[in-house]
Amino acid sequence: MKDSNFIIELNHISKRFGDKVVLDDVSLFVKKGEFVTILGPSGCGKTTLLRILAGFGTASEGEIRIAGEQMTDIPPHLRPVNTVFQRYALFPHLNVYDNIAFGLKLKKVKADEIDMRVRRALKMVGMTDYEWRDVNSLSGGQQQRVAIARAIINQPQVLLLDEPLAALDLKMRKDMQMELKQMHKELGITFVYVTHDQEEALTLSDTIVVMSEGRVQQIGTPIDIYNEPSNAFVADFIGESNILNGTMIKDKAVSFLGHEFECVDKGFGENTPVDVVIRPEDIYIMARTDSGMFNGVVQSCIFKGVHYEMTVNTAEGYEIMIQDYNAFEAGQEVSMIIKPSDIHVMKKERLCNSFDGVMVDSTHVEILGASFVCAEQADIEGGEKVKVEVAFEKIELMDNKDDGVVEGDVRFILYKGDHYHLTIRTENGDNLYVNTCDVWDDRDIVGIKIQPEDLKITKA
Amino acid sequence: MNWLVKTFSRRHNWSIPYLIFLLIFVVLPMILIVYYAFHDADGNMTLRNFTKFISNAEAANTFVYSIGIAIITTLLCILLGYPAAYILSNSELCRSKVMVVLFILPMWINILVRTLATVALFDFLSLPLGEGALIFGMVYNFLPFMIYPIYNTMQKMDHSYIEAAQDLGASPMKVFTKVMVPLSMPGVMSGVMMVFMPTISTFAIAELLTMNNIKLFGTTIQENINNGMWNYGAALSLIMLVIIFATNLFSDEDDTSTTNEGGII
Repeated sequence: MKDSNFIIELNHISKRFGDKVVLDDVSLFVKKGEFVTILGPSGCGKTTLLRILAGFGTASEGEIRIAGEQMTDIPPHLRPVNTVFQRYALFPHLNVYDNIAFGLKLKKVKADEIDMRVRRALKMVGMTDYEWRDVNSLSGGQQQRVAIARAIINQPQVLLLDEPLAALDLKMRKDMQMELKQMHKELGITFVYVTHDQEEALTLSDTIVVMSEGRVQQIGTPIDIYNEPSNAFVADFIGESNILNGTMIKDKAVSFLGHEFECVDKGFGENTPVDVVIRPEDIYIMARTDSGMFNGVVQSCIFKGVHYEMTVNTAEGYEIMIQDYNAFEAGQEVSMIIKPSDIHVMKKERLCNSFDGVMVDSTHVEILGASFVCAEQADIEGGEKVKVEVAFEKIELMDNKDDGVVEGDVRFILYKGDHYHLTIRTENGDNLYVNTCDVWDDRDIVGIKIQPEDLKITKA
Repeated sequence: MNWLVKTFSRRHNWSIPYLIFLLIFVVLPMILIVYYAFHDADGNMTLRNFTKFISNAEAANTFVYSIGIAIITTLLCILLGYPAAYILSNSELCRSKVMVVLFILPMWINILVRTLATVALFDFLSLPLGEGALIFGMVYNFLPFMIYPIYNTMQKMDHSYIEAAQDLGASPMKVFTKVMVPLSMPGVMSGVMMVFMPTISTFAIAELLTMNNIKLFGTTIQENINNGMWNYGAALSLIMLVIIFATNLFSDEDDTSTTNEGGII
């Protein structure tokens, strides 16, 4: 770890605001000259991580090294990094020239050198002749360019970009993406880029770090992340996908959608429950024939520009999404084929909910910060620590939060072809995983109830 | 009945009572001041009131002296008020609103009560009343009017400007001088307006805190009007109004957003 191949070394960074854990043991190593994107939905901790890198926040635990130097407690003005802020943060009392020259003037660089470098930076961002303009008179895209020029003129070892394109319209965003990539190539410095836009991440990066709920979910090249997502969250967040429950029958054979398929994955063991990911563009669709692997009926067909997006109900009652250049109208009977190499098998992260709890008395157990009624436990005494398991489908969610024993809110929704797999965060911060056919929305507040006989209690 | 409902239901008609008030107590007196200033006691048009002011050394001296006192007061208010506002707006140093209220509290107490209390305080400490007491009283009375607009601008300042400066290599001292100070100038400007203008025209504070020994321009105007010299008094008022108006123009030019950023409470 200590060899300085890495320009940025983040070792076991955690960040807590009060009780709230924003970053949970994040480790990240970035090579010199890399374009790294930290990708995740809002509230996943990506901006907090960037701020810790820039020095605007301190980590509760962990160690930061930049260019081999210990940076954990170094204030921002002494770090060899510069930041492009989300809302640009150009100084309104200075013109374009003085904004860009700000860093150099602080370093007491000679006036004629500042002059030369400001002009070069402006040229690089395509803003020649804008020196004397008032920053408030510039458009969003122009302000963005000035913000980039202001950061790169200091020749930082690392350039940090906090959702720099989020405020621009689509067309402008695409142009700026290309320019950023070009700039990265010309400057040869390390870029750390934060975004929630998965397409932007795939376009720009050498390496993508997918984050969710303060944890790193996967680190890899865009191709790895897209083709071999390491868990259901990554598969769902990057691109479109069908995520289904399956069973690994043996090496290179998996069953899902009620059929057995040949695949290329192995080493999962026999008859192991797994998650199966299939990208919508990897399913071949054709009019009903006998040579298809499985059959279905088209439910809807939407024109998406390059392709059509179709929802198909299979004969076994699953709903899958398919993208194809050919349109099949709603109601049409179709057959589907999936190539073995397009089936991505992922180990299931868990097979049921399991909690650490304490027996209150023989018919009550305390889990999730509340007391639940359970079936009578003759051999476990009150006060004893226990392990409690609950199947995903045995948890009841109530519209009214007061109808449940505890309340929680929906954090993540995954459609699995015939049901939803929800992640519920309870009041005391535990995660609960629920299979349901009811439709819930992100951040819905729900009441949680579990029938006594569904709590499987064993001594810890 | 119907027209009444209609009249009252239109939003802009609600301002009519205040417009009437403005007309009687602001516009009309202004017209009267201008009229009186350019006429003599017999109602003949004349400029003698102004020539009298220029040729009368005493009145002119009082005028210059008043402006001097106002400038000193304003400068002292900036000197004391700026750091105070900075400390108040810095959430790390000052977590509760209690501090803000403590600084603003004097504004809620009548100016005469505060000034009489100052006189009592000087008596108690057996300090002499005079120029020093006058400036102390003025600063004490007007300081909150300086602190609040500056505090307001600092508080609304986007924190990312400070972070951007740090990021570009500015030490805490440089962040203060290169970013905080220039960006808080609109607040300082409104503070100056709130302090400088009223201090030119005060007379009660001057009378009480100097035992009538030091005359400010406000006192001169009051004396003339009290002694029935309406025309001369009106001319002096007009001169003061012009000066106030000029400072207003001067600071407006500096930053047009002053009024919406640094308003008082």
